[in-house]
Amino acid sequence: MASFQLEIVTAERIVYSEQVDLLVAPGTDGELGILPNHSPLLTTLKAGEICVEQNDERNYIAVTGGFLEVIGNKATILADTAEYADEINEERAEEAMKRAEQRVESSTSAMDLERAVAAMRRSQVRLRVARRKRTSNSTSRS
Amino acid sequence: MPSVRQIKRRIRSVENTAKITKAMSMIAASKMRRTQEAALQSRPYSDHLRQLLADLAAQPHEEEKLSPLLETRVVQRLQVIVITPDRGLTGGLNSSINRTAAQFLIDHEGIETTVVAVGKKGSEFMARTGQNVKAVFTDLGDRPNIEDIRPIATIVSNQYANAEVDAVYLAYSDFVSTVSQKPVVLPLLPVIPAALQDKDMVGYIYEPNSQEVLSALLPRFVEMQIYHAVLEAIASEQSARMVAMRNATDNANQMVDDLTLVMNKARQESITTELLDIVGGAAAVEA
Repeated sequence: MASFQLEIVTAERIVYSEQVDLLVAPGTDGELGILPNHSPLLTTLKAGEICVEQNDERNYIAVTGGFLEVIGNKATILADTAEYADEINEERAEEAMKRAEQRVESSTSAMDLERAVAAMRRSQVRLRVARRKRTSNSTSRS
Repeated sequence: MPSVRQIKRRIRSVENTAKITKAMSMIAASKMRRTQEAALQSRPYSDHLRQLLADLAAQPHEEEKLSPLLETRVVQRLQVIVITPDRGLTGGLNSSINRTAAQFLIDHEGIETTVVAVGKKGSEFMARTGQNVKAVFTDLGDRPNIEDIRPIATIVSNQYANAEVDAVYLAYSDFVSTVSQKPVVLPLLPVIPAALQDKDMVGYIYEPNSQEVLSALLPRFVEMQIYHAVLEAIASEQSARMVAMRNATDNANQMVDDLTLVMNKARQESITTELLDIVGGAAAVEA
């Protein structure tokens, strides 16, 4: 099966660099599925989960926004932050989400609110990715 | 001449100092390596960002909708972000970066200048010399991540977008090599994208459109540049400290050698005096 190179980089490190068969990314205008030999594309990403398929195996990576560039047979995601499911500490993610929810409720100015909502959305994504990892693990074991 | 015991105490104290400076030098060396690595790791991201920015800027845009960060204005108000270490014991590094920044401000006397200080040494210096310090960021640590940088970028970008300043410069010390750091002042805003050659045009599909992708990309680019400068500054700080502390260790060891020589002389002298006393005493008894 045809595959293409996917690289996920952040300002701090190269998070992911592998040959993949399919990539699903959270574009600002909606989910984008990228298959090999896609035409050149440049788009912004919102906070969400990136799904990569490699030999029928799916992996999830949480991003908090960034850019996706597809050129040649290569996709590059410039992520603001990117984390693997098993890198996320679920308890901490949950705490962060609770904190963010509180901030949404207590924020007074519009800008505060906007930031708090963004923070909440980010923590929701991280939590979802972390949980997904757990469920996929438990199904594979059973 | 001081007594043998006094010199011995002195030697021990210098030896302890040497141990401390040696440890500091080794710590600085390892931190420097880590920072260099971080700088290397961030390179793919920043290279890519620069390339995309060049591509986006080459696209046709409606002038009035263009991001304010790209707008070039007549410079009437100028801002300098001064990046310095939080701590001393770095040899001449802190004063050289402060001097360079101050010189830059003096060169632009007559227009309004403001300072954003990153790091304690720079903020203290700027406050002492009566500069208009707009914001101070300290305690970024030895390993800042991009999120620590974001507030700096936000403040500066907002001021620029609101036309409170017309140009922003970054002053920091560039890491040339382990033994050489060079203070530099580089323009940050307005953002001037690299020119794109025709052969590099790819013709992307932009989503939602090139304008919006560009507006989203610019703040990241500004952040990245500050982040890069901060990493350079930290690498410089650590390498300067490493060299300074190694020199201090060498000096301390030299001092221990010198003092040991003095001590031996003093000991010999005291033995001679004692012997003379004994011999003299014995001679007196015999006589």
